[in-house]
Amino acid sequence: MTARTMSARPGEDDSRPLPWRRMAGVTWRQHRIMLAGVVVLLGAVAVWLWTAGMPLHQAYAAAVACHPASSTACQNLAGTFSQLATSDFMGNHGPGGILVQLVPVLIGAFAGAPVLARELETGTFRYAWTQGFGRWRWALAKLVLLAIVLAAATAATGVVVSWYFQPESGTLYQTSPLVTLFGLREVTFPGWTLAAFAIGALAGMLIRRVVPAIVATLAAYAGLAFAAAGFLREHYLTPVATTGYVNPGTSTAWVISQWSTKDGTFAFSGNPPGSLVNRFCSSLSPDKTGPQGFAPCLAQHGYTQWISYQPASRFWAFQWIEGGWLLALAALLIAATIWLVHRRAA
Amino acid sequence: MNIIETTGLGKRYGRAWALRDCTLEIPAGRVTALVGPNGAGKSTLLNLAVGLSMPSAGVVTVLGGRQAGSSAALDGVAFVAQDTPLYKNLTVADMIFLTRGLNRRFDHSYARARLDELGIPVKRRAGKLSGGQQAQLALTLALARRPRLLVLDEPVAMLDPVARHDFMATVQAAAADGVSVLLSSHVLAELERVADYLILLSRGQVRLAGDAGDLLAAHRRASLEELAMAYLRETQPEVTR
Repeated sequence: MTARTMSARPGEDDSRPLPWRRMAGVTWRQHRIMLAGVVVLLGAVAVWLWTAGMPLHQAYAAAVACHPASSTACQNLAGTFSQLATSDFMGNHGPGGILVQLVPVLIGAFAGAPVLARELETGTFRYAWTQGFGRWRWALAKLVLLAIVLAAATAATGVVVSWYFQPESGTLYQTSPLVTLFGLREVTFPGWTLAAFAIGALAGMLIRRVVPAIVATLAAYAGLAFAAAGFLREHYLTPVATTGYVNPGTSTAWVISQWSTKDGTFAFSGNPPGSLVNRFCSSLSPDKTGPQGFAPCLAQHGYTQWISYQPASRFWAFQWIEGGWLLALAALLIAATIWLVHRRAA
Repeated sequence: MNIIETTGLGKRYGRAWALRDCTLEIPAGRVTALVGPNGAGKSTLLNLAVGLSMPSAGVVTVLGGRQAGSSAALDGVAFVAQDTPLYKNLTVADMIFLTRGLNRRFDHSYARARLDELGIPVKRRAGKLSGGQQAQLALTLALARRPRLLVLDEPVAMLDPVARHDFMATVQAAAADGVSVLLSSHVLAELERVADYLILLSRGQVRLAGDAGDLLAAHRRASLEELAMAYLRETQPEVTR
């Protein structure tokens, strides 16, 4: 075999680092199947939103265009739309809405966790980290490139989510855009996806095995998402306080709390206590006994009802606040991962 | 010039030293056999030399004073790890593409010509190649980088005799072209034919290091294997008891 006698003479030296763009092709070769999977998943979500959103948009347009609004025909159209909107398959609590909210963590866990865990599990890091590109530069380029692609794809999908949601915060049926599918909009969708991706990359580096790293990512993400939706989000900006009451489905305001005062001092929070109702409002007919029904009655006895809420006009502010801290978190976790790649003893 | 220099080099895992007080000067242009029983610290020393792990003590430089693992060092050092890890789901052509992208130099025509000679189809997935072909692919990728130092960790342990012979012939050809080679094995017979410099490790310490001919003459032994066996018996009676 002449191959063995082929020259393998050593080359000349050059101390400049290799250009970053080299990693674009390398990353694509290694992760194209994963990226194709992400595109298919997001494409399916977009098509699904489109088919579910078309009837909603049509019903909304028909109801809004109808004149005069008080006519029976118009009321029927409005009713049709409300019914569509309330039985919404894709809303926060509809089965579709819940499924769609898993998309960021699925992308993050299945794209992020294997990036380093597979190298460590199969031993290929011994190949990758001894090439001329250098190991921390390899990790930085690869993680940042994948993050940018995932962010762009999810931001585009976020536009479709927002289009889908439009009629629901319109003038007919009103839900707060700060609550329903808030984590899947233009800024937050990439934000949550990047956070999950970064959690996955770090978990993979720490755990060094693909499947446990994916499980750890799912768990960490679930905790973070739960904390954000349940505790953090309502505190992004100080809520607006005003007297009055908001009925669900009739306002785009996100009501944070309700309470009542009497003579300028705090009386009770939420619904009036039974003792108070029995004392002042026992004569009310049963169909008027909601907090709203009691309000005029209690108002006659000097009680003032208050609400604090986040107005829908804060949508973009909230998007950028949530997207901002998620991006900062993702950057921090990716930096920690790269530091570990740089420092790790093999 | 010394291709590898270590001074007081040590590596500790937890409380156990895998390698300690290792001071070596391996001249350039040699084929160095790193020999010792399993667990002697061979892989530890190689990982330190290619920058995959950081020393717990001392220093290791390659290519005449470059810190192991630095980008200047990585440029001129090619490493084929134990069991020749490759991306099993990528094709041979993909592996060539990757190695080409990740290195300043890559002799594409050399790589293609060698794989042709070896009968390794470029469209096949790396995971579908035989063990010998995978080892040859890893070696070809390493040599196409035109390294000044080629480091091989137990390169032939998993190969059948024919594949071993072919693999070592390739290494020998590279050495003839001026590539310094450092390779480890726990079976010295594999290396006898190609090695002209010997480092004997046992229990994390260097027992013997030097030019193969000088060592044989000094210890009046006929072969490196005989020398190593005698030396290991002396320093480690409990192992060969």
